[in-house]
Amino acid sequence: MTWLNLHPLTFLVFAPTVLGFLLMALPHALGKLARLLGFLGALAIFVLSLAWLLGHAPAAGGTVMAERTPWFTLVGLPVDYALAVDGLNLWLVLLTTFLVPLTMLGTWNSLKDRLGTFAALFLLLETGMLGALVAQDLFVFYLFWEAMLIPMYFMIGVWGGDERRYAANKFFLYTLSGSLLWLVALLYLANKAGGFNPAVMAQAASALPFGVQGWLFIAFAVAFAIKVPLFPLHTWLPDAHVQAPTAGSVILAGVLLKLGGYGFIRFAIPMFPQAAMHYAKPIALLSVIAIVYGALVAMVQRDIKKLVAYSSVSHMGFVMLGLASMTVIGTQGAMLQMLNHGISTGALFLLVGMLYDRAHTRMIADFGGVAVKMPIFTTFFMIVTLSSIGLPLTNGFVGEFWILNGTFLSGFQWGRLYACLATSGVVLGAVYMLWMFMRVFWGPENKDEDSGTHHLHSDLNAREIAVMLPVVVLIVWMGVHPKTFVAASETPVTALLQEVKAPAPRTFILTPAVHEASEAHEAVGAAGAHAPEAPTAHEVHQ
Amino acid sequence: MNKYYWLIPILPLLGAAFNGMLGKRAGKGSVTAVGVGVVLASLLLAFSAFFAMKALPDHRLVLNYGEWMLTGSMAVPFGLVIDPLSGTMMLIVAGVGFLIHLYSVGYMHAEEGYARFFSYLNLFVFFMLTLILGSSLPLMFVGWEGVGLCSYLLIGYYFETDFAPQAGLKAFLFNRVGDLGVSIGMLVLFAAFGTLTISDILTQAGHLAPEASFGILTFATLMLFVGATGKSAQIPLYLWLPDAMAGPTPVSALIHAATMVTSGIYMICRLAPLYTLTPISLDVVAWVGAATALFAATIGLFQRDIKKVLAYSTVSQLGYMFLGLGAAGFAAGFFHVFTHAWFKALLFLGAGSAITAMHHEQDLFKMGGLKNKTKITFITMVAGTVAIMGFPGTSGFFSKDEILYLAYLKSPALWAVGVVAACCTSFYMWRLMALAFWGEPRDHHAYEHAHESPLSMTVPLMVLAVGSLFWGFWGVPEAFGGHFAIGEWLKPALTYGQTHAAHGHHEGPAVLLAAISTTLGLVFGFLGWSKYKNGPAWELAFAEKFPTVHRVLVNKYYVDEGVELYLLRPIRWFGNLMWKLFDVIIIDGVGVNLPGALARVSGDFTALFQTGRVRNYALSMALGAAILLYVFLK
Repeated sequence: MTWLNLHPLTFLVFAPTVLGFLLMALPHALGKLARLLGFLGALAIFVLSLAWLLGHAPAAGGTVMAERTPWFTLVGLPVDYALAVDGLNLWLVLLTTFLVPLTMLGTWNSLKDRLGTFAALFLLLETGMLGALVAQDLFVFYLFWEAMLIPMYFMIGVWGGDERRYAANKFFLYTLSGSLLWLVALLYLANKAGGFNPAVMAQAASALPFGVQGWLFIAFAVAFAIKVPLFPLHTWLPDAHVQAPTAGSVILAGVLLKLGGYGFIRFAIPMFPQAAMHYAKPIALLSVIAIVYGALVAMVQRDIKKLVAYSSVSHMGFVMLGLASMTVIGTQGAMLQMLNHGISTGALFLLVGMLYDRAHTRMIADFGGVAVKMPIFTTFFMIVTLSSIGLPLTNGFVGEFWILNGTFLSGFQWGRLYACLATSGVVLGAVYMLWMFMRVFWGPENKDEDSGTHHLHSDLNAREIAVMLPVVVLIVWMGVHPKTFVAASETPVTALLQEVKAPAPRTFILTPAVHEASEAHEAVGAAGAHAPEAPTAHEVHQ
Repeated sequence: MNKYYWLIPILPLLGAAFNGMLGKRAGKGSVTAVGVGVVLASLLLAFSAFFAMKALPDHRLVLNYGEWMLTGSMAVPFGLVIDPLSGTMMLIVAGVGFLIHLYSVGYMHAEEGYARFFSYLNLFVFFMLTLILGSSLPLMFVGWEGVGLCSYLLIGYYFETDFAPQAGLKAFLFNRVGDLGVSIGMLVLFAAFGTLTISDILTQAGHLAPEASFGILTFATLMLFVGATGKSAQIPLYLWLPDAMAGPTPVSALIHAATMVTSGIYMICRLAPLYTLTPISLDVVAWVGAATALFAATIGLFQRDIKKVLAYSTVSQLGYMFLGLGAAGFAAGFFHVFTHAWFKALLFLGAGSAITAMHHEQDLFKMGGLKNKTKITFITMVAGTVAIMGFPGTSGFFSKDEILYLAYLKSPALWAVGVVAACCTSFYMWRLMALAFWGEPRDHHAYEHAHESPLSMTVPLMVLAVGSLFWGFWGVPEAFGGHFAIGEWLKPALTYGQTHAAHGHHEGPAVLLAAISTTLGLVFGFLGWSKYKNGPAWELAFAEKFPTVHRVLVNKYYVDEGVELYLLRPIRWFGNLMWKLFDVIIIDGVGVNLPGALARVSGDFTALFQTGRVRNYALSMALGAAILLYVFLK
C-alpha cells in the first residue's frame, strides 16, 4: 500500500501493460476470457483514475499528483523519471482512461480472431498514451510518444481493412519521420541544458540566438503537427482511419491526435515562447486552411468513415487555431475542443462501427432510410452529429465559440479575418454532416438486395446503448457546464500565456492599434476577475 | 413566484424529453396530456411573469441562474430578462404555441409519429422561449440555432419521403449561413464591448460618441442582419421557407409563419439602440425588406399549392416588418409581428383544415366550393384574409399602415414598393379564397367526402380570428385618433435610455396615404376574387397570353435552379478538386509516396548487386581494389 501511495501515477500508467502481458500469456482459445478481463481491467483503471485524480485537491500550482526520481544517464545527460498530473493534462488523462473501456465495450463483437492479443495491444497502447500525457521529462515523453506507435501499427496492420499494410506503414513512417527531426532538436537542446527537464531546457533555449530557437521550435512543431494533424501533414489520417478497425479509429481520433495539441501547450509553446509567438501567425493560417479544407474534402467523401476522418482534420484545425491565438479564451477553447473532439468523433467512429458490423459496408450510397430500421441508433447518431456541428448546449459549441473569440482578440495581423474564415467552417461542418445524415438515415428505405440498409436487422442492443448513454450525458454536460472541464486548466493556461507574452519583443507580431485592446482583455483574464472591464469600441478602433 | 420563472422555458423541454424518450410507450393520451399540458403551464407562468414585470417601476425583470461560459475575460451567464419586448413576444409564442399544440391534437391524431411530433414541437417552444428571454447574445444564439434545429426536424418529419428530408436540410443550411453572420456579429461585439450581455452592450452603446464607433457597429449590425435574413427568410436567404411547407401544417403555422421566422425582427428590436446608431444598416434593412416584400408577393401571385401561396405571403409580410424596422419604426415592425402572428397562424391552420377536408389535396386548382361544406373554416379564413389585406379596422390595417407611413417618411420610393406589394397581397389572397371556397367543386369525389374539422381544430381558428380582427386596437396610430399604445409600451425596451427617440417626427399626409393604399388593396382584392370565383380559367388564358411572365413567376424566377447551378455545383466541384488534386496527387503523390517510391527503387537498385554469388562479390572487390590502386598510385 505504501508503494501505491508513493507511486499512484506509475501504477496508473503501467497497470495496463502488466495486464496486457498477462493476457498475452493466456492461450488463444481463451480469447473471449481475455477480452472480458481486458475490459474489466480497463474499467477498473478508469474508476481508479476518477477517484484518485478528482478526489485529490490540486496543490497550489495546480498539480494533482507527481512523482520524480533520477532514472538513468543518456550520454552524460540525466533522465528523470518524472510524471505529474496537473491542470493541463488532468482531463486528457481522464478522457483516455474513459475511452479505452468504452471502446472495448463498443467494439465487443467487431473482431473475430485473436481477441486476446488485440486486448493486450490495446492495453499497451493505453500505457503509451497515459505515459506521454503525464511525462514531465522530455526524454520520458519521447519514449512514451514513440511507444504509442507500435501497438497502433499492429492494430492497423493486422486487424485493418483491405489496404491495411499501406495504411499502417504510412502511419508509422509519417509519424516517425517527424519524430526523428524532433529527436535531433531534443538532443541538441538537452546537450545545451545538461538534461531533459523542460524548465531547464526552456532556460537554455532562451539563451540561444532567436534563429536557433526558431529552428528548434519548428522541429518540435512539425512532430506535433503531424500528430494533430495540421494541414498539409494530414494525409496519413484518412488512410489510417479508414483501414483501422473501429477501436483503432476511436483511440486514434480520441486520444492520439490530442497528443499533438497537448505537445504544443505543454512543451513547444512554453519552451520557445518567442518563437511560438513569431510562428503563431503561420500556424493560425494553416489551421484556418485545415478547417475549411478538411470540411470541403469531407463534403465530397463517399465513405462515411472517411468523411468522419476528414472532419477530424477540420475540428483539429480549430484546436490549433485556438492554441495559435495565444489568448486565454482561445487556448481554453482549444483545451475544451480537444476533449470535445475526443468524445464526439470517438463516438462517431463507434457509431459507424456499429453500422458496419451490421451492414458490412460504409458507403453512403449503400444506405438510405436507415431511420426506419434503426430508430434508436438514428437518435444517437443525430445527437452526436449535432455535437459535431457545434450546436449550442452541446460541447462542440463552447469550444468553437471560445476559439473563435480568442482568435478574433488575438491581435495579430489578419487575426480577425482568420476568425471570420474559420467561422465558415461551422457552416461547412453542418453541410457535410447533415447531408450525409440525410442520405444515410432519411429518405425512402433502400430496398436493394445488396444495399447496406437491407442488411440491417436489429437496432442497438443493451450493450451498445450502454456505450452511447455516457457519451450523450457528456455531450450535454460539457455544453451546459463547461466549467467542470476547463476550470483546472484556467490557472496554468493563464500563467503560461503571461509567461509567453512577458518578454517584450512581440511588437513585430502585434500591430500597435489592436495590441492595446487584446492586452486589456488578457489582463482581465490574467487577474482572474470575471467582471470584464471592457475597452470601448472607441479604444479598439482608434 | 419569481423563483419559478425559469420553468417557463424548461417545462416544454421536460415535455420534449418525456415525449421523446417515453412517449411511444406511454401512449397517445399521455403524450397529449404532457405535450399540451407543459405549454399551457408555461403560458400561465408566462402571464404571471408578465404581470410581475408590469408591476415593476422600470418594467425589467432580470433573473440569473449561474455561469455558462466562463473563461479568460468572457463571462456568459444563464440569465433571463423579461421586459416589455421580451414579455410580449413570450406571450405571443406561448399563446399561439398553445393554440397550435391544441390544433395538432386533432390534425395529427392518426400519425404514427405522434409522440415524436409533440416532442419536437415542445422542444421548439423551449428553444424559442430561450431565444426570446436569453439575457446575453450567446444564450439568444442557443435558441436561435435550436429553433433552426427543430425546424429542420419538423420539416423532415415525413423523413421516409423523398422531398421532406431535402427541404429540412435546405432549411438548416440556409439558416446556418445566416448564423455565420450572427457568430461574426458576436465576435465583433465582444471585441468592442468586452461583454456579450445584451443590457451591458446596449447601455455602453448609448454612452458612445456616435462617430467613434460607427464603423465597427455598422459592421456588427450588418452581420447580425445577415443572420436575420436567414432566420426570417429575406433576400438572399429566403429560399428555404417555401420548401419548409413540406412539414405538417401546424408546423408551418407555428414555426414558419407566426413565431420562429419573426425572430430576426425580434433580434433587431432587441438590439434597436445599436441599429439606431447605424443609419447605414437601417438603410440596408429597409431596402432588403421592401425588395423582399415585393419580390415574394409577385411569386405568390400564381402558385397553385395553397401552402406555397401562404409561404410566399409570409416571406413578403416579413419583408414589411423589416421595412418598418429599417424606417426606425421598431415598434411598428414589432407590432406587425404581433398582428401577423394572429392572422397568418389563422390562415395556415385554416388552410390545413381545408386540406384535411379535401383529403390532403393542396392544389388550389383542384379545390373549389368548400364554403358550403366547411363553414367555420370559411368564415375564419375570411377574417384572416381581410386582416392581411389591411381592411380598415382590422389588426393588419393598423400595423401595415404604420409601417407604410414610416416608410414614406424615410423615402417615398420605399412607400411605393410597399404599396405595390400590398396590391399583390390582396390579389393573391382573394385568388386563394376564391379558388378554394367559391365556384364549382373541381374534384367531385373529394368534395363529396369533405367535412368540417373537429372542435380541437376549429376552436383555435375562432380564437385566432377574433384576434386577427380586433387586436389591432393596441396600436391605433395618432392619425386615426389613437396613441399607438404599443409604441409607448415597448419604448423603454427599444431605447435603453438613449435620448434620441427611435421614432422620427410624425408629419405627413397620413390619412391620405392610408386611403390610397387601402383603396388600391380593395381594388386588387376584388380583382383577385372576381377573376377566380368561377375557377382558374382566367389564369389559363393569362398564361397563354403572357407565357414568359407566367412561367417565370410560377417557377419563382428560377432562383433555386440558379443557386444549384452557380453555387452548389461549383462548391462540390471545388471540394472534389481539393481532394483529388491536393490530397491524392500533390501531398500524397509527390510529397509522401514519391520519396517512398524513390527509396524503394534505390533499394531495389542496390539489391541488384546483392546477388549472393561469391564470384560476383569477388569480381567487384577486385574491381574496387584496382580502382583504388589506380587512384592512390597515380
